[in-house]
Amino acid sequence: MASIELPHIAAAARPRAPGLFARLARHLAKNPSALIGVSIYLVFVLVAALAGSIAPYDPIEILFTEDGQLAASLPPSAAHLLGTTNLGRDVFSQLVLGARPSLFVGLTAAVAVATIGSAVGLVAGYLGGWVDRALMRLADLVLGLPFLPFVIVLVALIGPSLQNIVLTVAILLWPNAARVIRSQVLTLSQRQFIEAARVTGAGEWRIMLVHIAPNIVPLAFLYGSIAVGWAILTQASLSFLGFGATDTISWGTMLQDAYASQALDREQFSWFVPPGICLVLVVLAGFLISRGYEELLFPKLGEG
Amino acid sequence: MDPLIEAFGLTKAFPVSRTWRQMLRAERPRLKAVDGIDLTIRRGDSIGLVGESGSGKTTVGRLLLKLTSITSGQLTYRGDHLDRMKGARLRGFRQQAQLVFQNPFDALNPRFNIRRIVAEPLVNLGVPRAEHETRTADSLRLVGLAEPQRYLDRLPHQLSGGQLQRIVLARALVVGPEFLVADEPVSMLDVSVRAGILNLMRDLKERLSLTSFTISHDLTLVRYICSRTLVMYLGRIIEQGPTEEIIARPAHPYTKALIAAVPRPDVDQPRDALPISGAIGSAATPPSGCRLRHRCPYAFARCASEEPPLIEVAPGHTAACHLHIA
Repeated sequence: MASIELPHIAAAARPRAPGLFARLARHLAKNPSALIGVSIYLVFVLVAALAGSIAPYDPIEILFTEDGQLAASLPPSAAHLLGTTNLGRDVFSQLVLGARPSLFVGLTAAVAVATIGSAVGLVAGYLGGWVDRALMRLADLVLGLPFLPFVIVLVALIGPSLQNIVLTVAILLWPNAARVIRSQVLTLSQRQFIEAARVTGAGEWRIMLVHIAPNIVPLAFLYGSIAVGWAILTQASLSFLGFGATDTISWGTMLQDAYASQALDREQFSWFVPPGICLVLVVLAGFLISRGYEELLFPKLGEG
Repeated sequence: MDPLIEAFGLTKAFPVSRTWRQMLRAERPRLKAVDGIDLTIRRGDSIGLVGESGSGKTTVGRLLLKLTSITSGQLTYRGDHLDRMKGARLRGFRQQAQLVFQNPFDALNPRFNIRRIVAEPLVNLGVPRAEHETRTADSLRLVGLAEPQRYLDRLPHQLSGGQLQRIVLARALVVGPEFLVADEPVSMLDVSVRAGILNLMRDLKERLSLTSFTISHDLTLVRYICSRTLVMYLGRIIEQGPTEEIIARPAHPYTKALIAAVPRPDVDQPRDALPISGAIGSAATPPSGCRLRHRCPYAFARCASEEPPLIEVAPGHTAACHLHIA
């Protein structure tokens, strides 16, 4: 009986089960907050990618008016959409190019935090024993460090480049992700389907990577998107406080310049309000996405 | 016939949390979930293991499948020591011995579709990829899912409990095992689908000439599936023999209580008072002598001082109770 039907099965086109990205996309369509968050990211990623052609001027070029005067502190106009700085630089061009360091810092920090957090959480939770104890005590130690002072000291020691800012943020933020992922791994390890994998001959590595790891991806994603906001704010804070790299134009350095040149006194809102709003939007997007994807942690509830 | 599985003095102890005093005295208290049981399973046997919660039945099942390590004693599968199996021999054993889970809602990876779930043992045991499709479909048909294509691309939460338990069976059978452990195979299912699964298991046992080991708290289920029954209490086997014999002439007071506790559908029918009362104690602190003595109405002085051995009360029927020693 069985063999009669076999050719039929072989001939039938094999529809693929929806993969992770398909499920993420489907979830997105149903979830307005995640959709808004992702849209904000997409806009900023696009702006950062095309920054060179969007920005009308070189952001550090000092501009002069036609009569040879320094184009300092000009109000918004068609030539300068957001006016100019007190040193005659185009604010709009700075804003557009400032998206690059922010997004670079945010996204690489997200990847770093999600990767380290997942790896540590998975190993600690699944292997247990002294490995677990050692990793979790290390996490406790890092969690005890004050965030901004530590970043300032570390960046002062190893230099304020964007890579180093990402590094410090990753060092400080992985424990949060690792702790939560570890607890999820502990729960998953007790599930019967893990025992089923073992009884059907799956090795420990396979159980860890094939049966447990996919179930923690949403959590890693969540902590990654939280890290985006933290990293961008950290970079901006460092720049604003004057510890950042002086040769990069970022939203943080724009705020620092505006502050130092007392733009508020001159009521030059078009200089410092836009970078502030951009920062708020990017950080907000991270939190919107993480909120929206919380449901994805429980796939059964998510897609009834 | 040759024994398939033999156990002598099989023991599994778990460490329990210590009090400060025990830590200071460097004591390591242990809970013996399984405390020195002997067991022989022959090919073609269908053995039932009954006992109440906390008696150690599930641990026995896990030991038989090498899902947990042996603390002491011996356990052999076809003469091979289970605790020494590794690599290729362990894979060979995994192909021979499979498990049917209690809770089908938890026993299937929620992110895998049915195709991947049923083919997973084939992947793990190195069966050539070309065979997966047909063997998966065959296995699903075997468990009564007549149109495998309808299920292959589903995710577990899209199926019903009865269907899921059939998938669990299909996954266990896809590698062609000869020994099947079923741990409370229907306790999580609706009453209406239980009979279907039990009939299927009985039918498969015949068709595939499986050796089965069924763990349950439910004597009626064991009676339906198993020819021989073991009764377990606090880590020890206290009675064993042919199922019908045990149900007709239980020799141990605890077995009598288990039989009396089986619910009957007629609420008006007077029920025998249970011969035992109270609850199963903790295996961390078992009573001296007979482990049932605090709950047993027949207990006498000797029960407190001496642990009764298993003695033959009829051919092939043994019980561990001092009442039968005379």
